[in-house]
Amino acid sequence: GQRSSGSPINSSQPQSFAIVSFKWDHVKDPYVITLWILVASLAKIVFHLSHKVTRVVPESALLIVLGLFLGGIVWAADHIASFALTPTVFFFYLLPPIVLDAGYFMPNRLFFGNLGSILLYAVIGTIWNAATTGLSLYGVYQTGIMGQLKSGLLDFLLFGSLIAAVDPVAVLAVFEEVHVNEVLFIIVFGESLLNDAVTVVLYNVFESFVAIGPENVTGIECVKGIVSFFVVSLGGTLVGIFFAFLLSLVSRFTKHVRIIEPGFVFIISYLSYLTAEMLSLSAILAITFCGICCQKYVKANISEQSSTTVRYTMKMMASGAETIIFMFLGISAVNPEIWTWNTAFILLTLVFISVYRVIGVVLQTWILNHYRMVQLEIIDQVVMSYGGLRGAVAFALVVLLDDNKVKERNLFVSTTIIVVFFTVIFQGLTIKPLVQWLKVKKTEHREPKLNEKLHGRAFDHILSAIEDISGQIGHNYLRDKWSNFDRKFLSKLLMRRSAQKSRDQILNVFHELNLKDAISYVAE
Amino acid sequence: PCNQRPHPLSPLSFSPTVTSEQIEHLHRRFKQLSRDQLTIRKENFDSIPDLEFNPIRGKIVHAFFDKRNLRQASDGLADEINFEDFLTIMSYFRPIEMNMDEEQLDRFRKEKLKFLFHMYDSDHDGKITLQEYRNVVEELLSGNPHLEKESARSIADGAMMEAASICVGQMGPDQVYEGITFEDFLKMWQGIDIETKMHVRFLNMETIAHCY
Repeated sequence: GQRSSGSPINSSQPQSFAIVSFKWDHVKDPYVITLWILVASLAKIVFHLSHKVTRVVPESALLIVLGLFLGGIVWAADHIASFALTPTVFFFYLLPPIVLDAGYFMPNRLFFGNLGSILLYAVIGTIWNAATTGLSLYGVYQTGIMGQLKSGLLDFLLFGSLIAAVDPVAVLAVFEEVHVNEVLFIIVFGESLLNDAVTVVLYNVFESFVAIGPENVTGIECVKGIVSFFVVSLGGTLVGIFFAFLLSLVSRFTKHVRIIEPGFVFIISYLSYLTAEMLSLSAILAITFCGICCQKYVKANISEQSSTTVRYTMKMMASGAETIIFMFLGISAVNPEIWTWNTAFILLTLVFISVYRVIGVVLQTWILNHYRMVQLEIIDQVVMSYGGLRGAVAFALVVLLDDNKVKERNLFVSTTIIVVFFTVIFQGLTIKPLVQWLKVKKTEHREPKLNEKLHGRAFDHILSAIEDISGQIGHNYLRDKWSNFDRKFLSKLLMRRSAQKSRDQILNVFHELNLKDAISYVAE
Repeated sequence: PCNQRPHPLSPLSFSPTVTSEQIEHLHRRFKQLSRDQLTIRKENFDSIPDLEFNPIRGKIVHAFFDKRNLRQASDGLADEINFEDFLTIMSYFRPIEMNMDEEQLDRFRKEKLKFLFHMYDSDHDGKITLQEYRNVVEELLSGNPHLEKESARSIADGAMMEAASICVGQMGPDQVYEGITFEDFLKMWQGIDIETKMHVRFLNMETIAHCY
């Protein structure tokens, strides 16, 4: 019979009705994804069976090694790298939950209290790291040690800018198990979040410079680059704040739709991420500030059960995403096609990022200590330098590079993989003993006592008063002004009337203590 | 140019890092508040607009005139204070320096806590009684219009019980806790570093004071 050439030729026509059939192609994509998630989660269970191992080795390192192992199996079976951490999946599905979780549970007072320091490290520190690493690598390249590379100054600067940024996912994963004191943690973690604006701008600027060619880079282009930094960072923040406002307002009216209340938190926050991404602004900043700004109002408005649901879902998604990221970092590494080895380049990159990080931290801390009330000591600086981990963001950015424009893309990818593995595994393994050896001040896990809260409140008022009396604008004055503004306008607009009444921190602690007393009384 | 009579600044009050610049600045501020007089009275503090909204304004202003804070031998309240007294009070809020040793830090801490203690102990009897504590808590929470007096009272009672359990431990059924003495107060604050929390940065020289 005539058969059109386009249709597949069935050698075996079905002869009768098939009761069941194996429809692999039908379910292939969601099945594979779900299987990987299952494997990652099972791996977590297995790791935590051995308490001895998890106390020493950070989970992220174990997951990377597992990924390497699994990647090896897939490679051996198929000889193609069929699974890898693609930038699209990473930036659209894996990174947002982690950053949202960070923003929504950010200790705001601590964050804004140290914002100056955080911004300095995030902006100046990242620019310093990028510039020094890129220029040094270029300088060494000129001496010929690295052999012949098809890269110019701009390529090196591009590489420097993507390898420079401290990674929030890695910092969270490692510091979570180390428990340093909260000021130290918030500075390193805040830096890793806020440096996204710098990374995005530097990466885009240098990528386009490489594309248009070094001859066409004029002063105007550089000025445009500087302007774009401000636009990207401030724009991203404003997008986040706008969506936070929207989310808080919506949560005010969800009283009768309690079941879907939690959904709004995720959907609107995700929209803020995508909107910023669409406008080529900093998406990480957008979703971070969305979480930071909406926390107070959303937590006040939604019901207890919704609050619990939001918390657990967020933590689950963030933890799941983190697990998958690290496992796939391992799997993606097993891809001989991309492996390009250049000892000098790789070794020097590792040396430069470590050394310049230390120098950068020391210099900036020296400047900051003139302005900070609580000084950052040598020990803090050691932890900050050592905790400058690189992670999946750098990997995703390097994989995004177009190897028609950036000729040495494979070398960059290989180096980035090695850098990420080194920081996450080696530094992750050794940071805990280092922290213990240096006797770094740890977090105080203390129940907030009623007296503490009361006196804390008294302090705020006393310090504000002293600042008023001595006639100066300080942190306390600003915080006071903000909470007045918030109480008079924002809370009235964004919080349910019933919530406004009962939202007092001291009252909350009091109620909690009463509840505990009542429970223990009944139990006796 | 300072046209006030020179006064000795006792070395115990000030650390070497309170610079003459900062003292100059505070002096200018003092003159503004005192309207170029040599002393300030309580009424002069009314000219600070932002202070009005502060719930514990009364206690804070009171603290400036409390003779115990002014390191004077006698007790009670002064009617007016001069610049040296003003500086003495401000010195309670200076930040810690990196080069302080254990003993200095301890003394520093005790000073700050004593200031706080005097603020709570309004009848100057060396003990914070339940009534005084209730007073403080009511004032602190008066900023929140939605909170009733009853709640404030219960909170104060709860806090007092908590303090009692820290200071005295388990009390018998007929034991009465009379009040928080300074030693008990110190015990409550053990482990919490007040040195890093109770200070004001005297760096910012540009002030809004010129507005009024």
